[in-house]
Amino acid sequence: MFRLFQVFFLTLMLPQVVSAAIEIPVVYLKQDVPRPPVLSNLDPVPDDLGSAGADLGLADNMTTGKFLGHTYTLETIVVPEGGDWIASAKQALALSPYVILDAPSDLLLGVADLPEAKGALLFNATSPDVALRNESCRANLLHTLPSNRMRTDALIQFFVKRRWTTLALISGTHPQDQAFADSLKHSVTKFGLKLKAEKEWVFNADMRRNAAQEVPLFTQDLGEYDALLLADELDDFGRYIAYNTWIARPVAGSDGLRPVAWSDVVEQWGAVQMQNRFHEMTGRDMRSEDYAAWAAFRSLGEAVTRTQSDDPATLRDYILSESFELAGFKGRPMNYRGWNGQLRQPIPLVTGRAVVATAPLDGFLHQVSELDTLGIDQPESKCTAFAED
Amino acid sequence: MKLIAFAAATLLAAPALADEIWVTNEKDDTISVIDIDTLEVVRTIPTGERPRGITFSKDHSVVYICASDSDAVQVMDPETGEILHDLPSGEDPEQFVLHPDNRRLYIANEDDAITTVVDTETRKVIAQIDVGIEPEGMAVSPDGTIAITTSETTNMAHWIDTESEQLFANTLVDSRPRHAEFVKEGSELWVSSEIGGTITVFDVATQAEKGKIRFEIQGVHPDRVQPVGFELTEDEKTAFVALGPSNHLAVINADTFEVEDYILVGRRVWHMEFNADKSLLFTTNGVSGDVTVVDVAKRKAIKTIKVGRFPWGAALRPTN
Repeated sequence: MFRLFQVFFLTLMLPQVVSAAIEIPVVYLKQDVPRPPVLSNLDPVPDDLGSAGADLGLADNMTTGKFLGHTYTLETIVVPEGGDWIASAKQALALSPYVILDAPSDLLLGVADLPEAKGALLFNATSPDVALRNESCRANLLHTLPSNRMRTDALIQFFVKRRWTTLALISGTHPQDQAFADSLKHSVTKFGLKLKAEKEWVFNADMRRNAAQEVPLFTQDLGEYDALLLADELDDFGRYIAYNTWIARPVAGSDGLRPVAWSDVVEQWGAVQMQNRFHEMTGRDMRSEDYAAWAAFRSLGEAVTRTQSDDPATLRDYILSESFELAGFKGRPMNYRGWNGQLRQPIPLVTGRAVVATAPLDGFLHQVSELDTLGIDQPESKCTAFAED
Repeated sequence: MKLIAFAAATLLAAPALADEIWVTNEKDDTISVIDIDTLEVVRTIPTGERPRGITFSKDHSVVYICASDSDAVQVMDPETGEILHDLPSGEDPEQFVLHPDNRRLYIANEDDAITTVVDTETRKVIAQIDVGIEPEGMAVSPDGTIAITTSETTNMAHWIDTESEQLFANTLVDSRPRHAEFVKEGSELWVSSEIGGTITVFDVATQAEKGKIRFEIQGVHPDRVQPVGFELTEDEKTAFVALGPSNHLAVINADTFEVEDYILVGRRVWHMEFNADKSLLFTTNGVSGDVTVVDVAKRKAIKTIKVGRFPWGAALRPTN
């Protein structure tokens, strides 16, 4: 017993696990983009959307790191509208090979293709663009936000399960709306459901005043359907559709029942603890982009913890390996698709007040991972960048 | 004479003739008390908000309850169900363990990344120890020299020297560690990892990993096999492990670390407790809101007992 205590006091001097000091600098690089006006003044987009998730990731990693002698830093660079994105990207890459990106997809590719980014490890935390995970994929660019395809597959699985087989669609005119609408249509076909009617939202009247009069008429010629899909990714008109449709049907997509990476209504699997930490730090609820930035930073932290390395190539290999596993508070271990760099993850289907279901739903099976029933799957993938290395 | 004996028996019948299993119902703010002879709920006792961890004092004169959302450890008289007083527990106490000295309570404060040590007699905080994020699993070695906290997001077992109340080692485990126990006279520490799907076995003398237990259930996706609570039989040759949303217990050979059997129980099984002679095992099934009774020798579920919403912890109250 005495001997045991001696050992204790010796180890007390060295409170860490065997490891050398490692310092991991991370940059959060954001391009400010103008937002088109929307009908409602409710729910403004927070200025720190995304970057606040990186802040939480930093705090989480630091707590783990202090027991291991690992430290992390976070530098946030915001490029104003009209600013020099590429110059800022070079500045970021001079600071660190680890960059979390918050920008539209063409700008992401601009960074990934820089000579300075060769060997870097970039994370896309905000673009749901399917092409980035497909024909435009880059070996140094990983994706923690789910693609549009993952989200729409999740929603359509739910309809299959409920046997709501005939659908109608109203889509907005912004490119984001169109991309989401395309993805919805693709998922409808993939799971063998029927899209019976679709319309484009072309009103320019102020719907806060007369939605009750306009929407019933607008939806009258959609005919019979089981559920109404909305592609309104900028949050413009979608909120005025529910309860105003000509026939009594649920709405889903950008409003109503929404497939998301994260929402403040997720509470199972220990999620409450993370929601509390985030709320305490920011004073607001955690959203999908925050979650994706957190997941990017935590992925790095998990790789550093397990490999005890600060080498980008070592960390990338580990992150894309089968040993990698991120506990993301969504009930299953999450890892990356080694063939296109997308983080596999469950997709909660939420209303404003509750999680209705979490995809993949029971019964959707897959030979590799049930999570691969969501989004582009390996056999259909046009991404080749990951096969080359 | 016989009549008198009968009368005496009925007089005593109300409280505590049989041993009991006490189950905390996380989303009902109650404890369900199960009579082990009849396997029925005989009492339902109100508690503070979101009761989770539960343990009796060594002499079973009081029961400690983590009332997480009341930010308190409540001390209850098990006879009357009355709350005697609260202990200063730190914020959001989730799980705790009572030191063999029957005084010190080691409490995991889930929202604060802290382990709080409370003296149950003076009702004072003795120490607060910084640990990883979302501390949960708590254990004390049988000789009382080491306490363990596991942290769910940091993925570590933190080793606390109970003399100095300071950390002396931090060891990595797989994702989301939930439960820790010292076994085999304190020579091994077992830590379950819910998302990692494993139990890591440490050699206590060196804090080195000496083995890993893995699970595989036919027809259940590995992602859903999530080990949480576990207990060992009297001879410590067999372990029962709750596997969460796979709705099964695993039966483990505690020497070879191999799985010998799986037992189907209720939905999302988390924690468990034996009766006094360890012939019966009671599991808390959160989603189905019930307790499964398992015959330990036959390795079979023999009964399901409806309790409150989201049963979480379980503790044995012997009566003689």
